Amino acid sequence: MNIDMILTSLPGLLSGAWVTVQLVVLSLSLGFVLALFVAFGRLSSNRAVSGVTGVYVFLFRSTPLLVQIFLIYYGLGQFAAIRESFLWPVLREAYWCAILALTLNTAAYTGEIMRGGIQAIPFGQIEAARALGMSRLMLYRRIVLPQALRTILPAYGNEMIQMVQATSLASAITLIELTGAARTIASRSFQPVEMFVIAGAIYLTMTFAITQGVRWAEKRTAAG
Amino acid sequence: MLDLLRFGSDGWGDEIARGAGMTLAVAILAYLIGILAGSGVAAAKLSGPAPVRWLAAAYTTIVRGVPALLVIWLLFFGGSGLINWVAGLFGYGGRVDLSAFAVGVAAVGIVSAAYAAEVIRGAVKAVPKGQLEAARALGMGRFLILRRILVPQALRYALPGLGNVWQMTLKDTTLVSVVSLAELMRQAYLGMQSTRQPFLFYVTAAILYMIMTTCSEALFRALSRRAERGVRRTVTN
Repeated sequence: MNIDMILTSLPGLLSGAWVTVQLVVLSLSLGFVLALFVAFGRLSSNRAVSGVTGVYVFLFRSTPLLVQIFLIYYGLGQFAAIRESFLWPVLREAYWCAILALTLNTAAYTGEIMRGGIQAIPFGQIEAARALGMSRLMLYRRIVLPQALRTILPAYGNEMIQMVQATSLASAITLIELTGAARTIASRSFQPVEMFVIAGAIYLTMTFAITQGVRWAEKRTAAG
Repeated sequence: MLDLLRFGSDGWGDEIARGAGMTLAVAILAYLIGILAGSGVAAAKLSGPAPVRWLAAAYTTIVRGVPALLVIWLLFFGGSGLINWVAGLFGYGGRVDLSAFAVGVAAVGIVSAAYAAEVIRGAVKAVPKGQLEAARALGMGRFLILRRILVPQALRYALPGLGNVWQMTLKDTTLVSVVSLAELMRQAYLGMQSTRQPFLFYVTAAILYMIMTTCSEALFRALSRRAERGVRRTVTN
């Protein structure tokens, strides 16, 4: 292993890792908020609302993420209406297309996880809260969401790890995140394997951080 | 616009169909590798000697902690080198080049095996110990216990998880398009480039993937039902 070459390539890999972190953090936080709407939409007693969110979840979970990324990045630009709209400056950028695709994708999966968490709450608790005269908002804020979030922690931890890996697909639409950076440097150098090993180690560090974070959160929120 | 998808020399229908066939071929081969290697890794984790157990744990932790795309690139850039090095050990001096197909199947299979191993390990652990003890007490040999007691029951616990691994493997095949293997994504890309109709080609690809995932989900559900046919229901109505 050539230490010199690894040292010269490290800044490139680290700046790729920084893009990866941005993609993960932005799409996970946006996706989390959207997932709340998806979960409540799926549970809505309004047929139209639960139907539309159901279709959304089905579409995004039954197709590969790469297709979704390409459809948004290449596909949308085909329509003049979109090219002339105010959204175009955003949809033209690979960066925002990747974030949009990742957000929509994780919201579909997370929404289903949340739905399960909400449905797992014993109905007696909701009845009790209503009997105490709690408003809907307070019922969700005090009773439903805190417990649902605790139940979904392990599953959501897995979803976060999946998202770290999913961001690597952004390299397919010209974004130089960690995988893209490793590939670019590898194709120029005579030691391609080392680049992927280092990139892999950085990904493992991120995965490890998430696992530890989830374990800490589980311990903190443990019942009783 | 839709006549771009005609079959024959003036349409992309046959290319897309061949791409879908290639996608299924890669997915099925990688999944078989995943199940076979995954069973081996699960066995190593459950009852191997300590160094083998550590190796197996390292394998599943590392592969499940890095993107599948990285594994594909690693094999693409490093796979031939490795094989030539091994071939050299056996005194073979020529160069071996890996095809995109071999790289794709191997990479997706390696990822599939890591996830399958975890599913299979969990399923084997879910089989009650008393069953194995009873089988041993009846004088069954190791292989007979495996065939008659362990595998049929573990399979039932493993099926839902293995169904998820299949869905993941099928979706991971899209990544092989980066090494120019002519599977569905690659064909859609070529179609888009020559016709400037990206939306049409990627929606077509999306629909085909949707058909594949939905059909295979139904298949796994039917398999689960069949595997559970002898199980007493706890809730009756």
